[in-house]
Parts: sequence; structure tokens; C-alpha cells
Amino acid sequence: MDKLLLLGAEAIAQGAIDGGMSGIYAYPGTPSTEITEYVQHNKTARDRKLHSQWSANEKTAMESALGMSYAGKRAMVCMKHVGLNVAADAFINSAITGVNGGLIVTVADDPSMHSSQNEQDSRFFGKFAMIPILEPANQQEAYDMAYEGFELSEKFKIPVMIRITTRLSHSRSGIERRELKNENPLTYPEDPIQFVLLPSNARKRYKGLLSIQSLLEQESEHSVYNTFIPGRDKSLGIIACGIAFNYLKENYPSKSCPHPVLQINQYPLPFSKVEKIVDECEKVLVLEDGYPFVEEQLKGFLNINSKIIGRLNGTVPRDGELNPDIVASALGKEVKQGLPVPKVVANRPPELCSGCSHRDIYNALNETMREFGKQKVFSDIGCYTLGALPPWNSINSCVDMGASITMAKGAADAGVRPSIAVIGDSTFTHSGMTALLDCVYENTPVTIIISDNATTAMTGGQASHATGRLEEICIGLGVKTEHVKVLTPLPKYHEEMVKTLREELLYEGVSVIIPRRECIVQSVAKNKKEGKVRTGEVKL
Amino acid sequence: MKSDIILSGVGGQGILSIAATIGMAALENHLYLKQAEVHGMSQRGGAVQSHLRISENEIASDLIPLGKADLIISVEPMESLRYLPWLSENGWLVTNTTPFINIPDYPDMNVLLAEIEKLPHHIAINADEIARQVKSPRSSNIVMLGASSPFLDLPYESLEIGIKKIFGRKGEKVVQLNIDALKAGREFAIAHTPVGSR
Ligand SMILES: Cc1ncc(C[n+]2csc(CCOP(=O)(O)OP(=O)(O)O)c2C)c(N)n1
Repeated sequence: MDKLLLLGAEAIAQGAIDGGMSGIYAYPGTPSTEITEYVQHNKTARDRKLHSQWSANEKTAMESALGMSYAGKRAMVCMKHVGLNVAADAFINSAITGVNGGLIVTVADDPSMHSSQNEQDSRFFGKFAMIPILEPANQQEAYDMAYEGFELSEKFKIPVMIRITTRLSHSRSGIERRELKNENPLTYPEDPIQFVLLPSNARKRYKGLLSIQSLLEQESEHSVYNTFIPGRDKSLGIIACGIAFNYLKENYPSKSCPHPVLQINQYPLPFSKVEKIVDECEKVLVLEDGYPFVEEQLKGFLNINSKIIGRLNGTVPRDGELNPDIVASALGKEVKQGLPVPKVVANRPPELCSGCSHRDIYNALNETMREFGKQKVFSDIGCYTLGALPPWNSINSCVDMGASITMAKGAADAGVRPSIAVIGDSTFTHSGMTALLDCVYENTPVTIIISDNATTAMTGGQASHATGRLEEICIGLGVKTEHVKVLTPLPKYHEEMVKTLREELLYEGVSVIIPRRECIVQSVAKNKKEGKVRTGEVKL
Repeated sequence: MKSDIILSGVGGQGILSIAATIGMAALENHLYLKQAEVHGMSQRGGAVQSHLRISENEIASDLIPLGKADLIISVEPMESLRYLPWLSENGWLVTNTTPFINIPDYPDMNVLLAEIEKLPHHIAINADEIARQVKSPRSSNIVMLGASSPFLDLPYESLEIGIKKIFGRKGEKVVQLNIDALKAGREFAIAHTPVGSR
């Protein structure tokens, strides 16, 4: 079979396609976005007409994938770690309903928060739902686990989680493909009420989920992904999860590690294997990229197992992603740095692109707010969050997708005037619409600025569900037509923007302002593609 | 054979094309490869880096350990210095001298160049200027690849093959422009490397 050079994320996509997947559902989010994008551009996927369009958010994606599984087909849903918070209701309950066609929930965690609000570890969610978790150590395993994951899911009739972290998702290496499988035929669940979680049935199904836990543990015990590698020097044993194993290997080239090693890439934890390494070694170092998930389970609340070391006792830093140097230090090896970074090297943080429409709206907002005072602007997640940094310093919050509108509502309820939300178009359709409905319901005095650049820019320019229908959505939700204002964010319309903002900030009710201009990166790329030179429409 | 390479620059400067070309060349030579990339629009205009490892033996870590890089290839002078803690004692630093100034406190160019000059093994090349000279002004990143080629453990011809594979879709003319840029960078580096120091 062909060898392909793929990112970890792409390897998962290729594995899923080759494993007979009929559809992928997702909302973009670093570092998970490339999984779905790969399927969108893949030839086999196109020939087979596999579903790969973006969903409005992670919850709708999770539910759509569950629907496809209901119909007997194999489906994957992917998201970044915080996306699983949004999908959590559907996710946890999908373990109770179980599946019909194989269902894989792929979650990409971001330890060190390269592009996220937190570094939560999705393995906790997998354990919470009581489903198997697969955690590939390299690109080949990422492929294999996606390929085999559907069968595992169908064997136990429950969803399976694949958990990766940024480093694997965004690192490229060679992978070997396997034979392309057929898609499943359309079939209905054998039991017509399998998916009906009325208490009477839910209790039955939950007992079923509990009863297979020991089987899942047996599966981990015999999994080829959980290997015990014997070693002579039992003063230390090492448990390495997922990509932590690579960093361990880096420190012991050509199989020279003297200590017993247990590699864990499939959960629930394999009891006998863990028991063996803990019994035979004086101390056990746990290496995991994320929270001390395994370490905490082994240690227990009373710390009876004081031989367990890792993040909790400071052998490994408590936060941040692993790397070969951190692992070297944990093993007591010396790390020899090169030269220090010269003092002249300045920081270079990311910034709003020159020509970006968000710049113009922040300039207008800042000028308007001089009359209205400070710290009244709630914002959200997207490129426009960079408005929190100098030279703008325009916004005072960024918490979770959609929170700008509802936080502005709560602040308005508390008496803040004017209370303002700045949100992007894609974030608005992700989670802002229900927030707006809350405002409309009470006619709360808030001014909501939906900065519409007609794309999901932050994650690389995916289509936005909002494009072409924002005014209709807002009016449909009950915002008064005369308080839905569309602006063109360009320096030449600065005065006009300030005037409209001032009027709406003084209005004691819900108003929506939509500054609309295409993302500059997208418009330059488009013009390049069409062979056009940049012309008047984006004069700056 | 083993090369651990750090690529650096500013978001949008094309370090991933350099990585992709070296990657193709490595495949051509049946070598193992791992390449950790930086993704996401959040990096636009910010500092970016990529770890590229090629070897005849299987590679464990996607990241290069500190002090172990054989080569830093930087398309921007200040960015080249940010990764010195990774450079090994005998490693080479190959950098473009054309600054990308998008911050108010960008350091004085002379001070920067003096820091680069301090390094025992370095090539400082005005890649933007050379790209213009060979009439391929958008290929300064490939000039940098050419300037790094003497320090890569790969046959030069396989880099040309890599360019053909990466840029082939864009037509013969684009391929030729990039090969010209590659050659020009290589010639500069060879002319400016003391004999026997490679
Ligand atoms: C729950 C959740 N899903 C996904 C993301 C990743 N993410 C951050 S911003 C963003 C898109 C923002 O798009 P938009 O609101 O249109 O703003 P733009 O970046 O285009 O300015 C996404 C997908 C996230 N942080 N949280």
C-alpha cells in the first residue's frame, strides 16, 4: 500500500476514510481543524460523497454524528478540547444510548494553550462517559486507531474516544495505509427504543454500560497499544501515555532504557499491567501530556501509593505540554542548552492583519467609548480577541464562545450602561443566537456588535454559517428592524460608524450593529486565485 | 545520517514551503522524517517555528531537544536568534538579513547583525535581494533553502526534485524560478563558507 506523509490530524482522517466512515461532523478549532479539512479535500471521500460540511457548533456536530450512527453508518465527530464542553450533554448521553454504526469522538487537546483558553484533558471526559479512549503515540497509530476504532465501537456498541494533543496533531510523518473498507449499509437499531432515554429505559441502558466496564478493561489489558517492556533496573518503572513515550525513547536511543516501561495508549487502565509495574518497581514515574490523569488514579486521595511520582509531586511540571527536555530532567538527566537568547530579541506577538476590518471597528468603538467610560465591553473568541492587546485595549472579556452577549446581559441587569458585546459572525452562530434570544426576551439594554468578516478567520478561514443571513437571524429572533444596523468598517467611514455606535449605545433596548467587510486574508487569497490585482474595494 | 533542523520566521513568510521541500527530498532518499508545524491564524504576524527531523533511523520525538539542532534556517534575522538554545555546539545558523518589522521595539539592525556575527558557524544572506536579482522576488524562502543546502545531509539534486514536486502544480515557470532561487542561495553559501569548515 502507498506510504503517505501526513499530519497526525490528517492520519486520523485518512484512517477514518479507509475504515469505512460515511461522514465526519465538526466545528473548527485548533488543533483539530485539519481532520475535517482533509476529508473535505480527499478524493476517495469525494467519490464516496462522504459528509464533511462544517456544523454550527460541536453539539450539533456530535448529535449529527450520533444520528448517522443510529442509521447504522460509521461516523466521526471532531473538536478541540473546549468544544467537548459544548458537546458534553450529547456526548455523555451517547454512551448511555450506545451506538448502531461505529462512532468515534476525536478530541484534540492543547496543553500549553498554544491557541486555547485552557489546557483541560479530555481523558477525564472519556472516563466520565465510561467509554474506551485511544491515545495514539505517533502518526501511524493515529491512522490505525481511527481505522480500527469503528470496529471497537461496534463490538461494544458504544462510542470510542480518540484523544490527541497539539504536538501530534500538527506534526507530519510517514504512514502506511491499509485496505479501503466498504461503508456500512443503512440499518436501523435492533431495539426501536435503544435511543429513547426515558428514565425507565435510561436506567436499563446505564446498567448495560456499567456491566461492560470489566470487558473494556480486559480489552485494554490485551490491547497491542498497551505494551509492557521489561527492564533490569527496577529502582524505577516508567508509565508513558500517548506521545510521552516518544520523549522517553528520545532520551534512551536504540532501546537502551534500563527500566521497565509500560506504554499506555488505550483506556480504561489495564489493571494487571499497571499492578505489575507498580509491584516490581521501587518508584513509578508517570509521564502524560496533559493533566495527571493516570497519576491521580494510581495515587488515590490518601496517597497510599507514595511510590508514584510525576506532575503531582513536582518531578514533572504541574502544567504545560511535555517535551524531550522536561522528560530528561524528570529522569535525572542533564539538559545541555545551546547559547542563551540574546537580550536584543524582542517579543513578536500575533496581531490583527493590516487591513483587517476588526481594526476599523475597534478604532470607532474606542473613540465612542471616550464619552461612555471604561470596562463595559464584553468580547468573545476569534481574531477580534486581539483587540484586548495594545494599541486597542478595547475589550474586557473573552471566556467561551458566545459568552460576550450573555455576559453583557448580566452586566446590564446589574446596572452597567451601556453594556456592549463584540462577537464574530461564526461565534455568533456557534453560541450567540440563544444568548441574543435571552436579551430579546427581556428587551435588555445591550448593544451587540457582530463583526462580520464572512469567515471563520481565526482557524484558517472556514465557511461561516452566518454568511448572508445575519440580519434575518437577528430580526427573526426578535430584534427590532430599526435597531439592526449594518456598517462598512473602513477608515473613510469612521465618523459614520462613531455616530451609529453612539446612537445605539444610548438606546435602552437590544440593538445589533453589524460591521461587514470580508476578511483581508480571504479577499487577498481570492484575488490572487482569480488573477486579479487588489483594487479599489479594499482601499485602506 | 541525521539532520535536526529548526525553521524560523514570521507567520506568512513561507517556512512551511521550505519544510515541505526538504520533506520531499528526504522521502526521495528513503529517510525517516518528522516535522512539527505551527498552525492557526493566531500566528499571523507572530513568531513561528517548525522542528524538522530527518534520519536514516526511526525518529522518536517530534520535537528537537535543546542543544541538539544541527541547523537553524531563518527567513528573518531577529527570529534566527530566538532559537539559539536549541543549536548544538557545532551547528550552523543560516539566516536572511532582511528584517520583517511589525513591532515598535524592533532592535537596531547593526546590533542584531553583530549578534549573528558572534556565532562561530553562520551564514547571513540578503535573501530578498538575491531573490530579486534572479527575478523571483517571492522566492526568498527558497533562496534560504539553497543557502542551507551545503549543511544538509541530503544530495542537492533531491532538493531540486522536491521543488518540482511541491511547485509542479503551479506550472513550469514557477518551478524554474524557484530552482534559480535555490541555486543562487547555494552559490552564495558556498562562496561564503571557509573551506574545510563544513
Ligand atoms: C467551543 C470552541 N470551539 C471552537 C473554538 C476555536 N475557535 C476560536 S475562535 C473561532 C472562530 C471565530 O470565528 P469568528 O467568530 O467568525 O471570528 P473571526 O476569527 O473570523 O474574527 C474558533 C472556531 C473555541 N475556542 N471554542
